[in-house]
Amino acid sequence: MLKTFPAGGVHPPENKLTANIPIEYLPVPESVTIPVSQHIGAPAVPVVNKGDTVKAGQLIAAGKGFVTANIHSSVSGKVSRIDTIIDGTGFKQTSIAIDVEGDEWIETIDRSKDILKEIKLTPEEITKRCLESGIVGLGGATFPSHVKLSVPTGKKCDILIINGVECEPYLTSDHRLMLERGEELLTGITILMKALKVEKAMVGIENNKPDALSHLTKLVSGFKGISVIPLKVKYPQGAEKQLIKALINREVPSGRLPLEVGAVVHNVGTAFAVYEAVQKNKPLFERVVTVTGKSLTKPGNYVVRTGTPIRKLIEAAGGMPGDTGKIVNGGPMMGKAVNNIDVPVVKGMSGVILFPEKESSRQVVQPCIRCAKCVSACALNLEPYLLMTLSEKGMFERAEAERITDCMECGSCSYTCPAGRPLLDYIRLGKSTVIRMARERNLK
Amino acid sequence: MSNLLNVSPSPHTHAKDSTQKLMLDVVLALVPAFIASVFYFGMGAIIVTVTSVVSCVLFEYLIQKLVLKKPLSINDGSALVTGMLLAFNLPSNIPVSIIIIGSFVSIAVAKMTFGGLGSNPFNPALVGRVFMLISFPVQMTSWPVPMGFATGYTDAVTGATPLSIIKEGIKNGESLTKLLGDIPSPAQMFLGEMGGSMGEVAAAALLLGFVYLLIRKVITWHIPVAVVGSIVIFTSVLWMSNPEENATPMFHVLAGGVLLGAIFMATDYVTSPMVPKAMIIYGCGIGIITVLIRVFGAYPEGVSFAILIMNAFVPLMNTYIKPKRFGEEVKNG
Repeated sequence: MLKTFPAGGVHPPENKLTANIPIEYLPVPESVTIPVSQHIGAPAVPVVNKGDTVKAGQLIAAGKGFVTANIHSSVSGKVSRIDTIIDGTGFKQTSIAIDVEGDEWIETIDRSKDILKEIKLTPEEITKRCLESGIVGLGGATFPSHVKLSVPTGKKCDILIINGVECEPYLTSDHRLMLERGEELLTGITILMKALKVEKAMVGIENNKPDALSHLTKLVSGFKGISVIPLKVKYPQGAEKQLIKALINREVPSGRLPLEVGAVVHNVGTAFAVYEAVQKNKPLFERVVTVTGKSLTKPGNYVVRTGTPIRKLIEAAGGMPGDTGKIVNGGPMMGKAVNNIDVPVVKGMSGVILFPEKESSRQVVQPCIRCAKCVSACALNLEPYLLMTLSEKGMFERAEAERITDCMECGSCSYTCPAGRPLLDYIRLGKSTVIRMARERNLK
Repeated sequence: MSNLLNVSPSPHTHAKDSTQKLMLDVVLALVPAFIASVFYFGMGAIIVTVTSVVSCVLFEYLIQKLVLKKPLSINDGSALVTGMLLAFNLPSNIPVSIIIIGSFVSIAVAKMTFGGLGSNPFNPALVGRVFMLISFPVQMTSWPVPMGFATGYTDAVTGATPLSIIKEGIKNGESLTKLLGDIPSPAQMFLGEMGGSMGEVAAAALLLGFVYLLIRKVITWHIPVAVVGSIVIFTSVLWMSNPEENATPMFHVLAGGVLLGAIFMATDYVTSPMVPKAMIIYGCGIGIITVLIRVFGAYPEGVSFAILIMNAFVPLMNTYIKPKRFGEEVKNG
């Protein structure tokens, strides 16, 4: 029987329309808008000024503090503006706009097509390179990778877990990456293993990607300590705690990091970015993005420079269909709906999905019939119906006791609710309130 | 770009389920038992079911329209299910007027007074049924002898149910071996050829519905298995300790309303617990109370009472019985 995590989970229609479409390079746009915060942690601080000329790969905003990430220019050209925009998550933030001139990269980047397998850097140098290159988790959470590679004294990591699950419907960027950049990816994993000083790595891939599974299984014999594990298709298996449980049957305690059970999890996209940063000296300024939707004429997977407006991606995919009712940044389960198509592609953007009008509105909300489907869908064994009621009624202390802060907002409860109740909306409200309450309590 | 985009928090996709579809699945799962019931009790089964369904839906409609002046929700299918379940818990010769009273109690008293679908603490069909049982004990306990369409309606020939034959017989000091000769064989009981409420007799048909509900993931196995399992265990102990006075576990499962209750009544979403652990406890409670009533109580049958009693504990169970949370063992700090 295939491995999977035990509790909860749902299986939405996969709709992987672009699974067989090879990755293409999206032409460099005329201008880009690069947000200074494309990661969890402190925003980077711009180090260029309006009118400066920059090259692709040049540092344009420097990370501040430990949990932060550098931001590099993705194009060559002239800085036209540094101002506030609304990004793909709906928040305002400082962005650096660059008018493109040519496509010149900084000289230190190795632009050759050769695959370099020999790792020359020491573990410390690898971590430093990740920090300098602005590597963040590309699965969507965008946690700065150098932080995950810096194992604090007293903690021990014995296994690296690579997330090739891609459990969100529609998205195929990781899938294509595994198929088309397998050698680079596995080298990237070896680099991460070296940095973490672990002997063992596991790549978890859901069984709906048999081609990626067999391809990597074939390649992996050339690498030491890496195994490729097929997993049963179940959402949210790409959540790191669920993936760790599925692969090595260790349960990360509530409120703690995977390191607590000796594991570090990186996404396949991140491993590839690490390869490029370490072997090719290339900072993170482009990534694979799936642009998809049932009405698109040419959905596909594209390597896109950060800062490119998603408008360009939609144009490449055949233009915006007339019936478009909603555009989602990310997957349909956890992605964010955008309100315009000028939002820029950022490091954490794995896909852009265009939903037709008829699929873009919610069900009518009916009374809870206490069917318990949300309870059985919750991968963390919470009781979503109860958390919703407690949040709705403002009973936040009780919600805290019922562990509302454990919720990872995977959306399985709202997805599964036959009465169409907005469970996760209320849980988010309750969760953020409880977190604020706890912070205020700690200040006292 | 001229068209506006919808913006809402995730998730942006939804399972195809709806309340209405779930209710429809329950109705479909009840169809085999309905067919069996028509097969055994003929016209009476049809009259009782139609009367009950129509009056339940109508009462819900009238209350929402005239009393509450709220948007109508009769198309969610819940009144339809209540109507069918109420009918299944009645003898097929019960007069229309009594059914209408029972439907009124089910919908108006047990459901709408608490706020309608999702808010009622007690199973509406069972409240209606128990009200009828107490108010019209004679009509509610005269069981037509199954004779197909020859059964007739209120003019049906009546007889005792296997449960009451055993109960009365043992009370009168008769031996179980002799009494077993007076009741249908296990095979007849499995197929439903015996007296009883119109929808409860055919075990085979009810099990078919159970399989359908499981496949469609409308219910989980926990409650039905706990109810039947606890009855089997409890009656096995009694039977083995004194086989001359206690019927076999198989008899207890096949006779009366155990299967109808376990599969369709105890699993009513609104009035059953939310967490698997609590579902098991709830199911065992129903099983144990049923046997207590049957063996030691005054009534020959106790499934309805057992479910209603356990319904009362559901809010308590939902408050205090919690699933083991992911990552719970290691406490922080």
